[in-house]
Amino acid sequence: MKHKVELRDHAAELRKFRLRLAVSTGFIVLFFMLLYARFYYLQVSQQEHYHTLAEANRISILPLVPNRGLIYDRNGQILAQNYSAYALEITPSKVVDIESTLDELASIIEITPNDRQRFKKLMKESKRFKSLPLRNRLSDVEIATFATNRYRFPGVEIKARIFRQYPQREIVSHVIGYISRINDQDLEQLEVSNELNNYRGSQYIGKIGIEQSYEKQLHGITGFEEVETDAAGRSIRVLSHTPPISGNNLILSLDLGLQEAAEKAFGDRRGALVALDPNNGEVLAFVSKPGYDNNLFIGGIDQENWNMLNNSIDRPLNNRALRGVYPPGSTFKPFMALAALELGKRTPEYSISDPGYFSLPGVNRRYRDWKPGGHGRVNLHKSLVVSCDTYYYGLANDLGIDNIHSFIGQFGLGKKTGIDIEGEVSGLLPSSAWKLKQFKQKWYAGDTISVAIGQGYNLTTPLQLAFATMIIANNGKAYLPRLVKQIQNSQTGLIEEVPPKLLNRLNLKPHNLEIVKNALIDVTRPGGTAAKAAINATYTFAGKTGTSQVIGIKQGERYNEKSINERHRDHAMFIAYAPAENPKIALAVLIENTGTGGSTAAPVARQVFDYYLLGQLPDETIAQLTESVDNSEHDHL
Amino acid sequence: MIEIKKIWYYFVRYIDGFLLIGILALTFVGLIVLYSATGGNISKVSHQVINISIALIIMWLVANIPLQQIKRLALPMYMVGLSLLIGVALFGEINNGARRWLDLGVTRIQPSELMKVAIPLMMAWYFDKHEITLRLRDYAGATVLLMLPVFLILKQPDLGTAILIAASGFYVLFLAGLSWRIIVGLITAALGSFPIVWSVMHDYQRQRIMTLLDPSQDPLGAGYHTIQSSIAIGSGGVIGKGWQNGTQTQLDFLPEQSTDFIFAVFSEEFGLIGNTLLLLLYLIVIGRCLIITANASTQFTRLIAGSITLTFFTYIFVNMGMVSGILPVVGVPLPLISYGGTSMVTMLLGFSILMSIQTHPKLIKT
Repeated sequence: MKHKVELRDHAAELRKFRLRLAVSTGFIVLFFMLLYARFYYLQVSQQEHYHTLAEANRISILPLVPNRGLIYDRNGQILAQNYSAYALEITPSKVVDIESTLDELASIIEITPNDRQRFKKLMKESKRFKSLPLRNRLSDVEIATFATNRYRFPGVEIKARIFRQYPQREIVSHVIGYISRINDQDLEQLEVSNELNNYRGSQYIGKIGIEQSYEKQLHGITGFEEVETDAAGRSIRVLSHTPPISGNNLILSLDLGLQEAAEKAFGDRRGALVALDPNNGEVLAFVSKPGYDNNLFIGGIDQENWNMLNNSIDRPLNNRALRGVYPPGSTFKPFMALAALELGKRTPEYSISDPGYFSLPGVNRRYRDWKPGGHGRVNLHKSLVVSCDTYYYGLANDLGIDNIHSFIGQFGLGKKTGIDIEGEVSGLLPSSAWKLKQFKQKWYAGDTISVAIGQGYNLTTPLQLAFATMIIANNGKAYLPRLVKQIQNSQTGLIEEVPPKLLNRLNLKPHNLEIVKNALIDVTRPGGTAAKAAINATYTFAGKTGTSQVIGIKQGERYNEKSINERHRDHAMFIAYAPAENPKIALAVLIENTGTGGSTAAPVARQVFDYYLLGQLPDETIAQLTESVDNSEHDHL
Repeated sequence: MIEIKKIWYYFVRYIDGFLLIGILALTFVGLIVLYSATGGNISKVSHQVINISIALIIMWLVANIPLQQIKRLALPMYMVGLSLLIGVALFGEINNGARRWLDLGVTRIQPSELMKVAIPLMMAWYFDKHEITLRLRDYAGATVLLMLPVFLILKQPDLGTAILIAASGFYVLFLAGLSWRIIVGLITAALGSFPIVWSVMHDYQRQRIMTLLDPSQDPLGAGYHTIQSSIAIGSGGVIGKGWQNGTQTQLDFLPEQSTDFIFAVFSEEFGLIGNTLLLLLYLIVIGRCLIITANASTQFTRLIAGSITLTFFTYIFVNMGMVSGILPVVGVPLPLISYGGTSMVTMLLGFSILMSIQTHPKLIKT
């Protein structure tokens, strides 16, 4: 019985299936006929119409590329500009033998192996019917030479193009960044943000720095020309013309003169300097040494230069001011001191007797002061002036890591400041929660001790340090650091100010601030760790030296600069602002592998201050400083 | 001699010669058009030859497996595919504003491709299991099986793939005997749910549909594709402009001319005559597939063969429809002709299943 039912079902099922399959077949034929009807309509009924469109009078829409906005410093010095020049371009699809064409061209116009390499790389990345540059900036003689030989080179043309140029090269390369040819990734980005239309015809896009972050302002709006062309692509007449709108000009808060003075003060040393205006957060100088020639990247960098920049041990492509993370060292102490006063863990009068080391109760390990034998009696004021480590070891233990984290976090250490260029890193201001998450370990009292003097897990960028220094200088106002001060509309010529942005106002007691600030002034006076940098200064300035360890020193060993590999030597740091009573500039300096902050970093700060406040060039400052060398004092931390 | 003959026999015994010739003819046409579409780029053409070779090897391997073995893979494949799709939704790489790829550390995969094979297998397996007692709730279960991955793919968003996978699943439902009343109901529901679909769609997808209604609205943006491909096809006329002579193609007016829009290149250069021959070639391949389907012996093999065949047809229709301007641009390649390795492998995998059904001894159900 069951067997029978199943058989009947089986047969019925097959019948049903075959019926359905027949219906499907009918649909397939029907839909193919529909397609065929569409083809017939396009290719027979409307053939003439489309033939006209395609062959006889093709209307093509030609994009008109806007001029890119210019970039100036705060005094109107040009940092990025455009120039028009003639370029030798090749359309690969129109050339039979690229190699021999290149060889023949090289016999009449200078073409370096680098030009060739770059061109071949471009050719691989581009469509064959795109016109690609082989040489830029042809001289008049070269143009004339090519013109007389032109008949020999089908597919090779001279074209007038607009080029970008960065006249200041290394000096501001880490701020300005560069533009370069649009690649597939850029195209994807543009498609996502729905801007592809505006880049029809554009060859370049900002890749890094201001050029990248302000791409929208700088690029402008592409115009269009509707042109009738014949089958060969020659235009017959223009039907309509929508002019492009140039990109807006940017006026940076950067002071080129100050930037140059800072560069000069660094000399050949590696490091970074960020100077801010404490009244509004404007970035006055933004140095990362070494820099690189950003002009190299515009047309696509050649392999040789790329290898040189990318493999260099000095890492010139690394933006140290924005992306370099360093332990803040003793520059961390003013913030610790403020925490102690604000949280009521120390009074200004309280003092310790410094034996030259600190030990946690019941633990053998000794945390050494930088000065063997210690500083004697030390109160809060003196702890900053002579940079006493022992004082802070004990203080940190009393404060506890999480108080340190939440109080000093207000000054922006271990967080991105939000500056208006991309790529900033956050660094690290440790907390017990962080350690638990990162290492699945609890926080030990010993971890806090090294945090006290800005070592341990602490990592900050020079930009963050400058930001934090600004907040002390202006009594608690956290202004967003920004590089662009004004935007000039390309159409109206009107200049629009970018208003300062107050991110946060820290609630600090004026009395406590004053105690710390007075100590910072004494740092630059005789007896202070940065005294030598302030000799003969006509204004007062306040600061704090620091030394940032690159490698750990074992218990019982001493740091000996001469016996250590140069790249493992300590980084010198200095944070400062001036004039102390009414700060106009706040900064952070870091110089890699040069030892102590007082001897190398503080003089750089002095030169920058002298230029900014007095208009005095670095050479004169150095002369003043060396007039009265006092060798009796040791270098201090 | 006898030895060689024997080896040859073992080599080809599970290959359907008729289908193979059709496939080879179509891929050959594809290479010819690709050469023209890339402006004579030999390296791209040779790369496609490698893609085809790999796909053919996979096809040969799978065709040698009897379908009872493949059937066992239906459930695991579906489960793996579904988990991977969930993985994509949670951890997928964002590319082009869409989340389609999953990075497994060793390699990146696009799980929606796996689903193109897994869905027909799974649904055919499901109906095969419930063969005797087909009730409404069985259809409802199958619909859920289908809609889960379709929804996940739609969210990626990948409208083209979602449509094709939904279609392949629907074909199984249809061939399994879903009642006409429900089909009509479903179509009504689909039309009714359009506003909901519209609201989950991304801007660019809406744009594509709006542009279909009036391409001239946005001649530089989304309408550009359709306008330029219509001009290419139309200006090709009856006999075409000749190989490598299409002005639309060679002057780069056509977008994506080696992938989704390759049919416009073919049409411009070979005209209506070329189109006729191409449609016939496709019809012959489809016809052979329909014959294999009709002769399949079990419900499972019938359903899977039917779904693969109809999906193949759907690819052709959607692609040609969008290129010639009667369907929105949804990003579906022209099977066996468009440049690209993934779709080639997926297509030939489908054909290998058909070959396996046709060439392995048929089990008669008792």
